[in-house]
This record gives sequence, C-alpha cells and structure tokens, in this order.
Amino acid sequence: MSNVFILADFSGDKASKTTAELATAGARIGSVIAVVLAPNGKGAALAATVNQGPVTSVLVLESDDFSAHGVAASADALANLVKEKSPTALLVASHAFGKEVAARVAVLTESGIITDAIDIAADATATQSVFGGSTTVLSKVSHGTPIITVRPNSVEADFSASTPAIESATATIGAEAKKARISSSQPPVKGGRPELTEANIVVSGGRGTDGNFTAVEAFADSLGAAVGASRAATDAGWYPHSHQVGQTGKTVSPQLYVACGISGAIQHRAGMQTSKTIIVVNKDPEAPLFDIADFGVVGDLFNVLPKATEGVLARNS
Amino acid sequence: MKIAVCVKQVPDSWAEKKMVNGVLDRENVDAVLNDLDEYAVEEALRIAEEHGGNDEGGANTITLISMGPERATEAVRKGLSMGANDAILVTDAALAGSDALATSAVLAKVISDGGYDIVICGTESTDARMSVVPAMLSARLGWAQLTFASKVVVDPAGKVSITRVTEAGVDELSADFPVVISVVEKINEPRYPSFKGIMAAKKKTIDQKDLAAVGVSAQSAWSQVNDATPRPARAAGLKVNDEGNGGEALISFLAEKKLI
Repeated sequence: MSNVFILADFSGDKASKTTAELATAGARIGSVIAVVLAPNGKGAALAATVNQGPVTSVLVLESDDFSAHGVAASADALANLVKEKSPTALLVASHAFGKEVAARVAVLTESGIITDAIDIAADATATQSVFGGSTTVLSKVSHGTPIITVRPNSVEADFSASTPAIESATATIGAEAKKARISSSQPPVKGGRPELTEANIVVSGGRGTDGNFTAVEAFADSLGAAVGASRAATDAGWYPHSHQVGQTGKTVSPQLYVACGISGAIQHRAGMQTSKTIIVVNKDPEAPLFDIADFGVVGDLFNVLPKATEGVLARNS
Repeated sequence: MKIAVCVKQVPDSWAEKKMVNGVLDRENVDAVLNDLDEYAVEEALRIAEEHGGNDEGGANTITLISMGPERATEAVRKGLSMGANDAILVTDAALAGSDALATSAVLAKVISDGGYDIVICGTESTDARMSVVPAMLSARLGWAQLTFASKVVVDPAGKVSITRVTEAGVDELSADFPVVISVVEKINEPRYPSFKGIMAAKKKTIDQKDLAAVGVSAQSAWSQVNDATPRPARAAGLKVNDEGNGGEALISFLAEKKLI
C-alpha cells in the first residue's frame, strides 16, 4: 500500500486535534506516516503524543534549525524527505505556518498544491469551499506529489488510540533555508478558551456589543466555546484582531456559530457561513445575517445572552 | 534602496464570483487593487520616507510588479497614485488560468532581473486566499522569508527585522538583504491617493511585458478544478422576537438540535 505523509501539528508539546484530522484524511489515500519536526533531543517525547487516529508510523527529524529559522528550514527538511521517500501525497494543516511550509515544499519538489481543503477523497481529490463559502470545488493535483493543506475542524477525526512505530531520519537543511533568523518566539497568549479555528462552538460579538464583550464571553464560557469578533469590533479596538472572523480574518466552520450584534456584512459571512448551525441574536430585525440563520432571536444581546447563559449552566449543573 | 511591491488585481470583494470552466470568471466582475496589497504599498512608502524618500533623485525607488490581463493597469495605477514610482505588468494570453506556482515563477524572474533589495507583498489576495505566493517567491529566489509582519524595521545598510504574528504566536525575525516580506493588515493605515498623486500617476510608466520579454515560458497549472457547484443557499430558519423569553427559546433550540 502507498504511503501518505502528514506533517504532525502540535499545540505546545502535544499533538493537536488537527494531527488526528490529517491522519484520518490521509488514511483514505494510503498508510499514514506522521512527520515530526522537533528540536534536538525532543523528538521522542513529541512523537509519543502522536497517538490518536490511523497513524501507521511516526518519522522524527530533529534539528535546532527549525526553531532558529522557522518556515524555510522546516520546509527544506520536509521537501528533502519527500524527494527521498516519494510519498503518494503530503497533507499539512491549513494555518499560516502550514500553508507557507506547503508552498515552499511545492516549489522545491515541483509539485502541485491545493490549500484549505475541507475534505479529501481516496484518489486525493480535494474539496474546497471558495468565494466565501458560496461555491464548492473539487480539485486534483496533476503534477508531482499532491501537496494539500487541510483546514482544521473540517474532517471528522478518528480519535481511536494508535501505537505507531517510531523511526528517525536525518534533517537535511540547505544554507538558503537559514537566511532568516529568529531571535525570539512567544507562544500565543492562551486564555482558557479553545482555539478559534479549532473550536466546535464559536460565539462572536460585533457592533451591537458596543465594546462590552462580557455577555458574549460569559455565554461562550458556558458552552466551552471560542470567542470571535466582527471586523467592526476589532477595528474599534474592542477585541483583539486575532479573534476577527471574516474575509480578512479567520475562517471558521464550527458545529455551532452564534453571532451576537453582528449585522452580517458579506466579509463577515465569508468567514463563517460554512458553520453547521448558525444562530443570530440582533436587535435589528432587518440584519442581513438573519437570512442565513437556522435560528434567530430579535432582541438585545444584553437581555438574551445572560438568560441563555443561565439556561446552559442550569442544564450542566 | 530598490523596493518592489507585488500587487494583484482582484474581483471586488463585494462582487458575486463565479467559476467558468474551472477558473474564476474575471471578465464580468468589477476589479480592484487587492485590499491587502494596499498595506504592502503603504509599508514600502513608509520605509522609503523614513530613509530619504522616493522622489526623483531620492535615495529609494518603489516599483510595483503585477501579473494579469491588460485591464490590471487600473489596479496598478491605484498603487502608483499612492506614491510608487513605476510599475511592471506582465500580461500574456498564455498566463490565463495560472496557478500560484506559475504566478510565483513569473514574478520571481521579474524580481531577480530587477536587482531589488526588498520585495513586499500582502499576506493573501482576497480572491484565491491561498497565502502562498510570498513563501514561493522566497523559495524560488533563495531570499530570506520575512512573512506575516506586523512591524518592519529596515536598516538601509542591508538588514531587515520584523515582528511575525500568526496563530502560532509572535516571533522576532531578521535577515540581510535581499528579503521577501509579507505584511498583515494591522501594520499600517494605507493612505488615500491625493489629487496630486492621481494626476502624477497618469504620467508614470507601466512597463507592459509579455512572457517572451520576461524570458520565461508559460507553465500550465499543476492542479485542476474538476467540478464547481454553487453551494445551496442557506434558507432562513425560525426567527423569534425576544419578549423576555428569547434566551429560553435559544436554549430550547440548542437542546432540540442536541448542541447542549
């Protein structure tokens, strides 16, 4: 059977949920080999956390160049591995780092690339949702090793435990990939809330919050949800830009999206309309977002959300 | 310093976009300069202004580099009216339907022939939204990749430092010239072209080149769209007025859908 490479994705020092999603998608094409790019001496510990989903084996490449030189060094090592081992496909998580690594590997291995796949079939055909979710596209790479980045939270992951064989390989990194030097790195400031793009539930606030996100945050916390914001809210400085959902922000497709005080400009829709279920709370009955809502409440979010929060907490207690 | 800014003409983000024969229909929509490229043009202007300006005889030049149909001169003109010095537009019928790999190959050839110190891009185009071209340019040129910058500091002696902001955190990076930079939208506030700028832009040169003039051959796309279907429109569901019970109604809906 053919081998499929996935680039294992980590959250801190543990394999992320996205890694299991990549493995699940990859297993449709062939046996999954998870590639772990690790600092010297950390490979075994990181590899041991790649234990969910249909992973056949883990291939560890250790080098301190990954943290010293970032994207280019990681891509160089991965491209050299792909050239040496000729996998049937390479799947990478569709975030900034993953897309840039995939882009460089595509150039270095002379391979076609597809980004932001939301599903992958056994013949490596990728499904994408484009133009703000208005069109579904099926594409296929026709040259080289198909390199596909997969949007987190899109593939329903098989989380069953696995005990893959762990092997190691040499990280080969050329001088050209070491030209950018990283002098310091800080992990994202993590609240107790899930990652926006990986969350099953997202509660977002917009202009209607008038700068006060407490009701939105309280409701999000009752549901274990991530907090998002419209561009109007982030531009006003009410919420960090990193939480912006929409065309120029993050694209999310959670099981449930609750939009509070967001009228629904097309740019915002572009970032959330592939959500499974959409709930809208807005004072303005004419807010365009009601047109795509599965359930809408015409009312003030400061009245509706606290009652809803109480309701969720009461059910959970 | 010689600064290049890669810009792209895209369909207006408000316009309805359609696929025709597996590629985006660019003919029948309003086209504009990619929003996110305006931040790149602004950053180039800011860097130039900080280090001697880019007026005639100034210490710096800013060249816009674009690939697209002849019509893309409109979008390029916008960048010129913001203050860039001149532009190169690669336009050739053989480039229709190019993917990011083919695009980056053409841009890289133009850039490497131009002898620039710094290339600045937006993080993505608002049509394809792949975010891959800056990384591809860096790989093709063998230049340092300084991408997703929320802050750029240039030492004209030949060094650039940036703050990279992504979901993975915040990194401080630096590299020697030449470098490929991409800038995120919170980096600056792009200026509106002044009347003077718009008038001046009319006289600036847009050097249109075909592939033969650039010296590369067209590369066909390495991925194909086999099927494109409009997503069925989402129908509006139940809408209730909050008369004190909106919160409860919301909870009932969530419970009914087994979401709580």
